Amino acid sequence: MVEEQDKILEEVTGSEYKYGFVTNIETETIPKGLNEDVIRMIWEKKGEPDWMLEFRLKAYRHWQTMEMPQWAHLQIPEIDYQDIIYYAAPRQKASPASLDEIDPEIKATFDKLGIPLDEQKVLSGVAVDAVMDSTSVKTTFRETLAEQGIIFCSMSEAIREHPDLVRKYLASVVPVTDNYFAALNSAVFSDGSFCYIPKGVRCPMELSTYFRINASNTGQFERTLIVADDDSYVSYLEGCTAPMRDENQLHAAVVEIVALENAEVKYSTVQNWYPGDKDGKGGIYNFVTKRGICQGKNSKISWTQVETGSAITWKYPSCILLGDNSYGEFYSVAVTNNRQQADTGTKMIHIGKNTRSRIVSKGISAGFSNNSYRGLVKVLKGAENARNFSQCDSLLLGDKCGAHTFPYLEVDNPTAIVEHEATTSKIGEDQIFYCNQRGLSTEDAVGLIINGYAKEVLNKLPMEFAVEAQKLLQISLEGSVG
Amino acid sequence: MLVIKDLHAKINDKEILKGINLEVKAGEVHAIMGPNGSGKSTLASVLTGRELVEVTQGAITFNGKDLLEMAPEIRAREGIFLSFQYPVEIPGVSMVNFMKAAVNEHRKYRGLEPLTASDFLKLMRERKELVEIDSALTNRSVNEGFSGGEKKKNEIFQMAMLEPKLAILDETDSGLDIDALRVVANGVNKLKRPDNAVIVITHYQRLLDYIVPDYVHILYNGRIVKSAGKELALELEEKGYDWIKNGENA
Repeated sequence: MVEEQDKILEEVTGSEYKYGFVTNIETETIPKGLNEDVIRMIWEKKGEPDWMLEFRLKAYRHWQTMEMPQWAHLQIPEIDYQDIIYYAAPRQKASPASLDEIDPEIKATFDKLGIPLDEQKVLSGVAVDAVMDSTSVKTTFRETLAEQGIIFCSMSEAIREHPDLVRKYLASVVPVTDNYFAALNSAVFSDGSFCYIPKGVRCPMELSTYFRINASNTGQFERTLIVADDDSYVSYLEGCTAPMRDENQLHAAVVEIVALENAEVKYSTVQNWYPGDKDGKGGIYNFVTKRGICQGKNSKISWTQVETGSAITWKYPSCILLGDNSYGEFYSVAVTNNRQQADTGTKMIHIGKNTRSRIVSKGISAGFSNNSYRGLVKVLKGAENARNFSQCDSLLLGDKCGAHTFPYLEVDNPTAIVEHEATTSKIGEDQIFYCNQRGLSTEDAVGLIINGYAKEVLNKLPMEFAVEAQKLLQISLEGSVG
Repeated sequence: MLVIKDLHAKINDKEILKGINLEVKAGEVHAIMGPNGSGKSTLASVLTGRELVEVTQGAITFNGKDLLEMAPEIRAREGIFLSFQYPVEIPGVSMVNFMKAAVNEHRKYRGLEPLTASDFLKLMRERKELVEIDSALTNRSVNEGFSGGEKKKNEIFQMAMLEPKLAILDETDSGLDIDALRVVANGVNKLKRPDNAVIVITHYQRLLDYIVPDYVHILYNGRIVKSAGKELALELEEKGYDWIKNGENA
């Protein structure tokens, strides 16, 4: 019986990565390696003001004094930071005014990924910033958004055109010295998205950034900054894919969110970087720092992530709950299969009074993978009546994978109530058989069971993404059960 | 419809079924009775293709096709339905989605288009009324948090949705109070047609007061030791299984 199930599991987890194609375009790259000259080169290419050079060099100099973090439950092969290309951009006009100026190959690439850059073709109200390798190739619906005073553009443009806003908030949530990968990102980031929602505006459409790695031997270092002014609301989506390559590619992003009084930011990620092949060859190293600050009273930040890709994931989207009555949420589904490794979770830092947070993490491990939840709930002295609820569930498919939970609690206020629940379960042969007996194939059964398990998180995603994410979960586990 | 010939089967090297012969024709209701451990549920597992049972000898045909060659889901799509003794919970999967997936798989197998959402909901409503199942149950996740009685009713509801040719009720009466038993039995009776058949597996005669069998078979120690009409169940109730056991020994 156990053997049967193993066979089944192996069958369902052996499927192909759908987005592994390479786009054949001319790419402008700089030589491999990292030093101050390289940073100057990036700074020059981006045409940035002087303060950005200082910003980058300060980060770089600090990074040199740091060591790669070793505390995660991950086995990370040594990374040669001199063997990476830090800037690669499709050769085209920097900010194409119209669609005609975009290389048809790039357009075709995003079409193939289901992200049309043509505003006419977009299904619903989703504005997209499409980033390929180191640069943003197109941001849609900018004019529509601008009518309401919403700024949605690439980070490069924001630095040039909205320097005051950028300077005020950039690195205000994730300081350049925060951690190894954040420092590296601050030194070399080349693009990303910037978004500002003015006071009292409810953003009428979903904003999204789609990250695509295309060039080989490069790292992608993007920077996203979202500022929601008083009484505003925005829902933001992020998607990512990369070609199948035998080499490992580094992706070290930083996302910062600032929510002012009564503002609400919903940030959703569907991460599907190339996970490597069945034997663990290739795949993206996804070392990402995401943090939001609920700066104003009654503000709210909600992180939702569906993590299916990457060879290694190191990622802890967090909330600093500074404003009184502010609220932080983290909803996560992390799937690991084959040789994938994930160490992901969140930090909820309660500073203000009556701050609340909710953590729902659903890990799914298959194949030979390792999946860890790591979360910190910290309640500071002044955080009267802070509340946290955490639920961390792990689901195992097969018996060669691992699931781990590392919850940390630091509570310095006696009025705080912190709850933690955790479960670990195996997908049941009896559940699969029950579905089989109703006429469902084992693969469909696993898809159904997994989606049921992850439902609470998937329900938090915007509609179109939820459907995609459901399919993605099923595809990621194809071949793991049969 | 179903022909079982000299069926031998084992679980973990222990032979449980030791030569079963049984024929079920369309329109018939068969009851299989027997003490604990006689092989009743194993027989249900063999018929539905559960992996843990290994068939070592014999043959089963279902409407002329070799049943043992079919994967469990194919058997289901061919029209074999098992009302589980212990229905399984599937958290987070709504009954609506579950049934929609199942019904459409059955339709696909028969070369039919999937039902539209509104047709499907209509079908669900009809079948809920037919088997007198509480509407709220179908809005919940599959069997999650259901009481024992609700789970069994839910099995009969699924049977009504899938309209099997052969329904196997594996101790559907266990754990039911008399009202629930009546609901379950009424559902089964309403679904009875000349072109389908039912195998009722039970310890007790009481279910057979409601679902009246054409034949009663007594399974003991892996073999059918006695077959007769419905009166056999009453006789068994009166004399107890010792009567059979002693008969076997004699």
